[in-house]
Amino acid sequence: MKSRTWFRNLALLVGFAFLYIPILSMVVYSFNNSRLVTVWDTADSPTLKWYRVLFDNEQILSAAWLSIQVAAVTATGAVILGTLAGLVLARFGPFKGRTLLSAMTTAPLVMPEVITGLSLLLLFVSLEQLIGWPQGRGFITIVIAHITFSMAYVTVVVQSRLATFDDSLEEAALDLGARPAKVFFRITLPLILPAILSGWLLAFTLSWDDLVISQFVAGPGSTTLPMVVFSKVRLGVSPDINALATIMVTIVGIGVVLSAFYMRRQERRLALEMQLAKAEKA
Amino acid sequence: MARSQIRQTQKPPIDAWGAGRLGLIFSLLYRFGPPRWSQYVRKNWAGQRLVIGIPYLWLLLFFAVPFIIVLKLSFSEVRLAMPPFAPLIEKVSDAAYALNVNLGNYLFLLSDDLYVNSYLYSVKVAAVSTVFCLLIGYPMSYAIARSTPTMRNIWLMLIILPFWTSFLLRVYAWVGLLKTDGLINQFFGVFGLGPFTMMYTDFAVYIGIVYSYLPFMILPLYSNLEKHDLTLLEASADLGAGPVRSFLRITLPLSMPGIIAGSLLVFIPAVGEYVIPSLLGSSDQLMIGRVLSDEFFANRDWPVASAVSIAMLMLLVVPIVLFQRFQNQELAGAKK
Repeated sequence: MKSRTWFRNLALLVGFAFLYIPILSMVVYSFNNSRLVTVWDTADSPTLKWYRVLFDNEQILSAAWLSIQVAAVTATGAVILGTLAGLVLARFGPFKGRTLLSAMTTAPLVMPEVITGLSLLLLFVSLEQLIGWPQGRGFITIVIAHITFSMAYVTVVVQSRLATFDDSLEEAALDLGARPAKVFFRITLPLILPAILSGWLLAFTLSWDDLVISQFVAGPGSTTLPMVVFSKVRLGVSPDINALATIMVTIVGIGVVLSAFYMRRQERRLALEMQLAKAEKA
Repeated sequence: MARSQIRQTQKPPIDAWGAGRLGLIFSLLYRFGPPRWSQYVRKNWAGQRLVIGIPYLWLLLFFAVPFIIVLKLSFSEVRLAMPPFAPLIEKVSDAAYALNVNLGNYLFLLSDDLYVNSYLYSVKVAAVSTVFCLLIGYPMSYAIARSTPTMRNIWLMLIILPFWTSFLLRVYAWVGLLKTDGLINQFFGVFGLGPFTMMYTDFAVYIGIVYSYLPFMILPLYSNLEKHDLTLLEASADLGAGPVRSFLRITLPLSMPGIIAGSLLVFIPAVGEYVIPSLLGSSDQLMIGRVLSDEFFANRDWPVASAVSIAMLMLLVVPIVLFQRFQNQELAGAKK
């Protein structure tokens, strides 16, 4: 038994070292004064030089702002469509074309991005020829493309959340005379709210992070943050990208820790309520 | 299903005290009583159609139709125009239409070594990376699934956290580590070893893919391993099996669904990977995703790019269908 604990700890140690050393190296070197990313300049480090360079870069700032807007609109759209699709797949039983819907919601999870990007661009070009919309490519086309691939993730999250409890509560509400729309907003929606929230965050991140599909469907005037970063790192290493990575890791880290604390509090409250309920029964 | 059958065969309680002719009216009334949720949904067509229709139309228009366009375009000829391809059905004169179907693009793919080679290379890279992902991911998932519940949540959070930060930046971090004067070679240099050439090699691409896709391997594996019944292992230990034998005979076969789901989640997108080989790989041997985007952006040969993606899809159809089956089983299993 002891030898196995040793083995498990080793597996975790190696795995987490592999996952976190690259991120840590970026954080450390973002404070390095030297332009050469891998040479530590002891005399003048640590410094915030690269953060200043980053915040003076108009191109990066405007691309980041565009990415935030795209991601927010995408996440909202993906949550609406993904929740509907998840509800249909989990609750509506068999109907004509269910298999196709289920295939269309799981395929984007694994579809190589180059294929999705190419096919959507060809669609936009054909649509423009046929009906004159969308005129050119930009914000709208990026958002449509991002919603299409990220709603699949929301669908899966919502569907698996709905699968964890049966429809007896919804049925009870219908028996008591509520209309389906009311049942959805009063019963189903509160139950799947955690899944919807995490789906929103997931869609936001996927959109914020996407490079390949954006490259296909973006127009000349709409450059998202990953596109700027990619063209920068392709030309060689640039230390201000380390600073950007550090900022993103910090924001994500704070967010994750806060949400973990919140979830723990919720769990504790739930456990307390359960205990109280048991005590009352007894 | 069972419950609805019971409900349908149940007679209205009014029959129990023999209400005579009134019984008919009551049973009619009962029919208009509150139905089950799913029955209601099935009957209430207007609402249902709307709820089904919105995501359905969206996916048809933006996911299914684009593939038909790609398929159509892969049979077209390239033209110097905007958009740069010949229409499939062309009006030749007032009375005649020409059907321009040509298999030239596909024949071209087969005739040029570049395409066949990059297909084989992509499959090789994706397969090797998947195996390495499994080798690193399996012990980690196992260790996480067997830790205390509190630690489990912390480990899982740490697995997911890199996923929330930018994928591109995480790949970029490896440039600094793998370069000839990078951190890893500096580390080896302390012991008088190296420097090793790691950047722009297959090794760097494997590292990049394993690093980026590891969470996709670990999460399905973990959710499988966590559900195992540990008494089985106790039983096998009681019967005299050592830990290795118990693992091979019990844990490993039970975790096959997790292994398959995780491997498909890594393998399928890795075949079409574009960013990682562009940043870390060599420029002599291209992966198929890179070939596709070069055809499209650099050569502006949209028909060949479409043919490349159709060929890639053909290659991935079997794994994608497998993945969907597992996904559906998983969701059906959660209900029980």
